[in-house]
Amino acid sequence: MTAALSIRDMLVMYEDFAALNRVSLDVNFGESFGIVGESGSGKSTLLRAITGLASFQSGSLTVNGRSYSGRKRDKEFYRTVQMVFQDPYGSLHPRQTVDRLLLEPLTIHGFDNVDARIARALDEVGLGSGFRFRYSHQLSGGQRQRIAIARALIVEPKILLLDEPTSALDASIQAEILNLLEQARRDRNLTFVMVSHDLGVISHMCERLTVMKSGEVVETVPVEALEKRQLAADYTRQLMVASEGFRRD
Amino acid sequence: MTPLLTVEDLRVSFPTRTGTVDAVRGVSFSLGRERLGIVGESGSGKSQTGRAIMGLTPNQADVRAKKLLFGDMDLLAMPPKERRLLRGKRLAMILQDPKYSLNPVMTIGLQIVETLKTHERISSKDARARVLQMLEAVQINDPERVFDLYPHEVSGGMGQRAMIAMMLVCGPDLLIADEPTSALDVTVQLEVLAILDKLVAERGMGLIFVSHDLRLVSTFCDRVLVMYAGRVVEELSSANLDQAQHPYTQGLLNCLPHIGSHRHPLPVLERQKEWAE
Repeated sequence: MTAALSIRDMLVMYEDFAALNRVSLDVNFGESFGIVGESGSGKSTLLRAITGLASFQSGSLTVNGRSYSGRKRDKEFYRTVQMVFQDPYGSLHPRQTVDRLLLEPLTIHGFDNVDARIARALDEVGLGSGFRFRYSHQLSGGQRQRIAIARALIVEPKILLLDEPTSALDASIQAEILNLLEQARRDRNLTFVMVSHDLGVISHMCERLTVMKSGEVVETVPVEALEKRQLAADYTRQLMVASEGFRRD
Repeated sequence: MTPLLTVEDLRVSFPTRTGTVDAVRGVSFSLGRERLGIVGESGSGKSQTGRAIMGLTPNQADVRAKKLLFGDMDLLAMPPKERRLLRGKRLAMILQDPKYSLNPVMTIGLQIVETLKTHERISSKDARARVLQMLEAVQINDPERVFDLYPHEVSGGMGQRAMIAMMLVCGPDLLIADEPTSALDVTVQLEVLAILDKLVAERGMGLIFVSHDLRLVSTFCDRVLVMYAGRVVEELSSANLDQAQHPYTQGLLNCLPHIGSHRHPLPVLERQKEWAE
């Protein structure tokens, strides 16, 4: 079986600073893979280097059997891989209606039947056609994130990269979005790579996870290891303790 | 004994083009020298409640209350000038993100000195000594160095400690912390909370901890007010969180994913119209 996504010794340098220091990981088709770490650990840089938003200086990247380097990605790549960003307030064009936002990827990739596809995409993320001609400022945070997910799913990708998709949302809205993502994954047999600082979210959504710190992989474990606390690295244990909340001692 | 703070039927409303928005609709509570949490989601009015107490509500808004007393002083009847004297001295507020709430063109040390000099007659030399002492109290290892740094030169956790130092340097009676750790990493969050906890306990202040995170607040505070749509829907003592009666509180507690619990799909909150009434 080929891996959906395979990274070997990826290095991302900003001048003298190694944002990613020889990171390797493999994600299988159909898997949901989590990346955890605090700010500056390189988790978002990793996603950006995969999608070509950041350039990597050495190492290799294979997605769906094709190799990529630097920042160049072909159309085929973006048909396979789509991304949902953290901040739904910043990731939607403020002067485009939802209809235009969803039309653009369809036009780029030469889809037919656009009208029906847009209607279906809105339906899938639980927003009716009433939202189709709204601007993003007329939507709540949760609704915007639903639009961002619809925009990613509309080109029928195989792999979805999720960069903290719920950390800007209220807890109750987070639950709705996580449920929506899980449903979409089941329906479309998607592969997820999900970045989060929240171990609870990752353990809910993923089967395997990798812990990152200062641009390096600390360890990669199955989620059961978190539940049974079979962790090799001290750092992961520290994160576990931190995620359990404040304690007065 | 008069409580530190008495709030009765507090209302905050904003005039907008499409009519009046009632952000806070009749909140009442009283606070002694204890730790009170106010929890709610965005738009519940929790931050506006804190800001109204501080007197930081925007000018166009309308703030009313049957009673808003700090000790026995009527905050709403007080002229703005007197209220300004209280703010920073006896009432202080920690804001969410040190990136935005510290002055970017002033060193951290001088910002804290400014607070001191606004409220006390104190020489520059003494002020500097007090500030260094305060920076040490928030566990900044190298206060001399941090004194001369600008906010952009320090990490979020360090910035938030500087913020705590600035708020506590005048020894306030009441501290309002509005999401003090939400902008920080989980590992740093606990350190900052521990520092805050220690100082609040040592100095015997009253604390209002405003947050969206019910579990965090309950581990930190003695009792918790849960707000929804501008009202307090439930008051709980932190120890009895699991005995929450209101469906909104129960929903909030339920919808978070945990390590080791397998609930697919996660329970979601079905908002009921009558909660907002």
